[in-house]
Amino acid sequence: MNATAVRATAVRPRGIAPVWAGAAVAFLLGSIAIGVAVGPIDLGLEGISSSLGERLRIPGITSSLSRTEESILWEIRMPRVVLAAVVGGMLSLAGATYQGVFRNPLVDPYLLGVAAGAGLGATLAIAYLPDGLGGQQALPAAAFVGGALAVFLTYSVGRSTGRGRDTTTLVLAGVTVASFFTALQTFVQQQNADTLQQVYTWILGSIPSSGWSDVVLVLPYVALATVVILVYRRVVDVLSLGDEEAASLGVDVGRVRLILVVAATVGTAAAVAICGLIGFVGIIVPHAIRMVAGVGYRALLPLSVIVGAGFLVLADVIARTALSPAEIPLGIVTAFFGAPFFALVLRTSRGAA
Amino acid sequence: MLRTSIFAAAALMAALLVLVSGATAGQLALQQTVTRNTSAASFPVTITTAAGKITIRKRPARIVSLSPTATESLFAIGAGSQVVAVDDQSDYPKTAPKTTLSGFTPNVEAIVAYRPDLVVASYDPKALVSALDRLGIPVILHAPATSFKGAYQQIRQLGMVTGREPAAARVIGGMKSKIGKIVKASRSRASGLSVYHEISPDFYSASTKSFVGKVYATLGLENIADAADSAGTGFPQLSAEYIVSASPDLIVLADTVCCGQKPSTVASRPGWDRISAVRTGSIVRIDDSIASRWGPRLVSFFRAMSSALARL
Repeated sequence: MNATAVRATAVRPRGIAPVWAGAAVAFLLGSIAIGVAVGPIDLGLEGISSSLGERLRIPGITSSLSRTEESILWEIRMPRVVLAAVVGGMLSLAGATYQGVFRNPLVDPYLLGVAAGAGLGATLAIAYLPDGLGGQQALPAAAFVGGALAVFLTYSVGRSTGRGRDTTTLVLAGVTVASFFTALQTFVQQQNADTLQQVYTWILGSIPSSGWSDVVLVLPYVALATVVILVYRRVVDVLSLGDEEAASLGVDVGRVRLILVVAATVGTAAAVAICGLIGFVGIIVPHAIRMVAGVGYRALLPLSVIVGAGFLVLADVIARTALSPAEIPLGIVTAFFGAPFFALVLRTSRGAA
Repeated sequence: MLRTSIFAAAALMAALLVLVSGATAGQLALQQTVTRNTSAASFPVTITTAAGKITIRKRPARIVSLSPTATESLFAIGAGSQVVAVDDQSDYPKTAPKTTLSGFTPNVEAIVAYRPDLVVASYDPKALVSALDRLGIPVILHAPATSFKGAYQQIRQLGMVTGREPAAARVIGGMKSKIGKIVKASRSRASGLSVYHEISPDFYSASTKSFVGKVYATLGLENIADAADSAGTGFPQLSAEYIVSASPDLIVLADTVCCGQKPSTVASRPGWDRISAVRTGSIVRIDDSIASRWGPRLVSFFRAMSSALARL
């Protein structure tokens, strides 16, 4: 398998080797299968497959699950698996995109103040929106507005000095805006101590059991962002060479970078708005793929979507079953299992990377 | 000496009771007389709290309460007039002198500015107790109670240090007898039924290890959060699948104020229409603050539960 991979990358250094594409898809499908089969309530493989058969209208098959079990499978567990896949794919794609665009391997999807801005928006919604308006329903929108505002500010500050060309300036602007928004957020939290617990939950990140409505809410943004980024995936390789080189190859660096950053931000803000801050996915998945498969951005970006989706589905399985019927915040799981795994990949592939 | 003076006070109160019972002098007059006499007799008082042994030399007249529960208790035992400031979370009773003081991020200077002769807190962030200690201000640290016994003990201690021990005893006696009656009347209805207590819409709940959990245990309800509290924190986060599958007979919402939850929002959650409590409409709304405190309003909590059980 390794030999094939080496040969494939040697022949087509930038394309997706079929073996890696196959492995990634198999990983995602396996994760989804585990995600659907495993949960705090044991539905039994037979029950799940019979229910699936009935829904797929396979003749002669009727579900052996009770009505409550049907509800658990189709209204709680399935949407949660799908949401984890969508969010995981988006976060690792955004991470890989930012890393390429800013030529900085340590960059995560929360760069440019997205998380801090979204956090402030969510905190304001939790603290100040009257109950009648439904703080819960307004929360994603508020987080989205905050995240977008933070990125706009970051870009304005970055541009005013570096004219958007200097990535270091932009990253510094992002850190500045993030600090400012975090300070505001902490202040609002302090003033509203009775809502602290909710904010805490949000910061630790989780995939909500809110059914299909959140999937429907987040999917358009994520789909749009994914399509845009994947269309430009070859340009990310060019950008990663450096602005001068990219410009000399005929790439409108400023414009392309703006498009990619906006797309990654829109997708991230939507994911953050629903699931809070889920750390590590955006850094760990792209780097693991890079180290194992040794591919350029053209292949890395689509692989990140698939592997990231599978990774978060698996992490969420741990979050909802390890202490069943209690839950563990997902952010803790991704860091707890992600960090040692990443260290392992780092050690074993130091030479290759 | 302390014991004899309490005895004397009790004897005096009994005498007064005989005197005014039947007369139209009114309860207020009685209470004031008793207070004046007890307060004259029972200081200094020494009590032991989580912050250690403290001695109150004379009847405090400038109490600062940084604990919403202590605020409720102080007013319930008639010590409200001795309270000069309460923290920003103390929203009951409405007559309490609410300020911007914070019990979570306390500012020692701001507290001292009220020239308190006693501070009551439920929590000791940023070494609050030792800071006030150095300034010679006595602090009572009444941490969140985990049992009714602990809650009664705190009210009793507040009675001792404010010179209102008889009133405190009356409050405690009243709570015990009312709760006793409710439990007696509701236990048979509650037997075999299960409850889910919701602290937040992401399914944080309270097990029997917690103070609220004791309410359900006392009523004889089975608490679905117990299965998830292997760590014994008292406040596990449940998974939605588990709640739907456990299908509790009663749902108690303690997140109506913080998070705008109500029976209709609960019913619209995916899969929740299968839950017994949702189908029978047995969803109890309890004020967040009543459910998170351990003071005299515990009785209201029991009342809400008993009427919900009566409807079932």
